[in-house]
Amino acid sequence: MGNEHKPIDCEEVLRSLISYLDGELDKAATADIDHHLKHCRTCYSRAEFERHLTELSRKIGPSKAPAELRRRLARLVEGF
Amino acid sequence: MKEQTARRQDGEAGGDRRRLFQARVLDLTDGLYRVALRLTRHESDAEELVAEAVAKAWAALDSLEDESRFRPWIFSVLINTFRSHCRRRGRELSLDDCQDDAGGEPDFSLFDKLHQPFLLWWSNPEQDFLNKLLGEDLQRAVDSLSECYRAVVVLVILEGCSYQEAADILAIPIGTVRSRVKRGRSLMQKALWMHAREAGIHTATSETEGEM
Repeated sequence: MGNEHKPIDCEEVLRSLISYLDGELDKAATADIDHHLKHCRTCYSRAEFERHLTELSRKIGPSKAPAELRRRLARLVEGF
Repeated sequence: MKEQTARRQDGEAGGDRRRLFQARVLDLTDGLYRVALRLTRHESDAEELVAEAVAKAWAALDSLEDESRFRPWIFSVLINTFRSHCRRRGRELSLDDCQDDAGGEPDFSLFDKLHQPFLLWWSNPEQDFLNKLLGEDLQRAVDSLSECYRAVVVLVILEGCSYQEAADILAIPIGTVRSRVKRGRSLMQKALWMHAREAGIHTATSETEGEM
């Protein structure tokens, strides 16, 4: 029972892929796409590409705020 | 005597409240600054925006009904402060209006441009493309988005917010977040592609120019 998946085609995967990669699909829909990706090389490659691009995008810009801003905010809140 | 005790207790409670607020703000400063920087695209403007948002958040702290929602709440204060900045500068506010970019164009996919299914197994043009991308290429692509897409892309992709959290922060429906994330990614990929072609990072091999 637990291993049954609704067969979905590449078009359906393409429509939901971004929500899938963002973790925004429910369990059943996620499992359907997981299953499809195990058997479709093109969709798997597409998903990996999008995932990798998102990971690279997460590294944009500074990871930390400037130390001076942190000091400024601490002083600001002290004055409240 | 009773009055003095009550005043002292009020003072202590106020001090605790301020210390708690300060700790939470300092915890979230990096995220607030990153979002502010991508919205304003200028370091000093981003610092001003964060400082003003923190002051506003303190003044409006009583409106925070659920303490566990502090993070989305203070990010929404930041976004609203940005909206006020735009208004003050007399700029047409595009944070809430995506009409300019929609244009009825179909979504753009870098993968579709790069993928070549009949290549030998060791050849991987998609990976080659990603390997050549610099942080500044991606930053330029995000910054090229109009504010309404950029705000969603920054919250969801860069800061890892859920769609619901981004919807709460921006005060827009979750369905709108979903469509803007998709469209924002597509526009970002198109900007990356155009830049890659102009900078010679990628040279056309099999893609059809007419598809652009």
